[in-house]
Amino acid sequence: MKKLAIGLYAAATVALMVWGFYQAMYVAPTDAMQGEIFRIIFYHVPSASVAFLFFAISLIGSIGFLAWRRSRPEWAQISDAWALSGAEVGVVFCTVVLITGPIWGRRAWGIWWTWDARLTTTLVLWLIYVSYLLLRRFAAGPQMQTLAAVLGIFGALDVPIVYMSNRWWRTQHPAPVFGGAPGSGMDPSMVHPFLWNMLAWLAWGVLILGLRYQVERQQQKIAAREAQEALNA
Amino acid sequence: MSRVLWTHLVKDLRIEWRSREAVNSMLFFALLVVVLFSLAFSPRGAFSQEISGGVICVATLFASMSALNQAWAREIRHQVLDAQRMAPTPGAELFLAKVLANFLFVSIVQLVLAPVFLVFYNLHIQGQAWQLVLVLPLGTWALVANGTFFAALSIRSRNRELLLPLILFPIFMPALLAMVLATGSILTGDSDPTLWIKLLLGYDVIFTTVSLLLFDVVLNAE
Repeated sequence: MKKLAIGLYAAATVALMVWGFYQAMYVAPTDAMQGEIFRIIFYHVPSASVAFLFFAISLIGSIGFLAWRRSRPEWAQISDAWALSGAEVGVVFCTVVLITGPIWGRRAWGIWWTWDARLTTTLVLWLIYVSYLLLRRFAAGPQMQTLAAVLGIFGALDVPIVYMSNRWWRTQHPAPVFGGAPGSGMDPSMVHPFLWNMLAWLAWGVLILGLRYQVERQQQKIAAREAQEALNA
Repeated sequence: MSRVLWTHLVKDLRIEWRSREAVNSMLFFALLVVVLFSLAFSPRGAFSQEISGGVICVATLFASMSALNQAWAREIRHQVLDAQRMAPTPGAELFLAKVLANFLFVSIVQLVLAPVFLVFYNLHIQGQAWQLVLVLPLGTWALVANGTFFAALSIRSRNRELLLPLILFPIFMPALLAMVLATGSILTGDSDPTLWIKLLLGYDVIFTTVSLLLFDVVLNAE
């Protein structure tokens, strides 16, 4: 039953992504100033949103683990699985952002990269979560989860700085398109394709996140069973 | 100042005074970094004013790595850390004492290095010099507070010395950026560093608070 549901969800996600692709490439009109290259927005911005969301999930998982590790160990393990999955999948989406961004920038601004506020802080965010994954790999033993949870909280404190940087500092990266100063906002003909792609990439991200979470939970259970057997032997 | 905090602080200062290993190694390393950067970038005139902010910050960063790496190693030897855990005092006081001690050592290095720096880079401060007294300690505090915390985080991992810079540098980057930009704008007198000083202050407050709150978790992580 569960496998059927996951299968159906995966099929729906793929269908959404195909529809999103059609919308992005064929339905959305060409941008007056940038030409065709602007279509990267349908991948760049949803990936950024999904990455931020998953880093937030990772933070909640880290907090949950620290809060429950003594009182409710089972919940703590579930939280830790979410923390790891959120961080891993978030890093992948953040990598997509950092690759699609320069490609777009090269064509639109003539430069691959600049050290302005938003690009720098997004890169720093990526580095922080990669270092989180490194800590999980290098630290050994039962305290690894605790230490990783603490680092996760530290890393997540950077997220608001990334978001606000675009509003605080005058920057090379375009000012906020949604909810920015008067004169911003997307042309209505592009909003629909944009929203479809947002939904499609969110659905895809959630699918991968869920699968990663399941794998992590299975690994946790196997490790716990092996530890129990070693104790009983 | 609480008695416990004072005891921890005096202990660290006394050990350092007797061996002087942290300050000496930091001083020499920082000096080497300054010279290496001079060879790499051959600073001249206005260019040296612009990059000197960055060089002093990076020199401080690399130099403090050596001090931070061995900050907790001393406690691990002879099971001192276990004794600290068993003592009925908050771990936060031990942490704060270590941060204060390391902050003092790094500041000493910076003070000794400052005239060397002025000479090598032919600096004259075109902005308001008193602001440097604000920027450098704030930036150093950010480095030392986070560094001491992450050093404690990484003591039980396999590659302890390697892991510390890997987890410290990304999180320290906003503070490094603010410190470099503030120092640069003070030296060149080009722009107003107030925004960056405020950012450093906010960064220090946030991360010191979180470190104090979470240190007991890290100390007792078992």
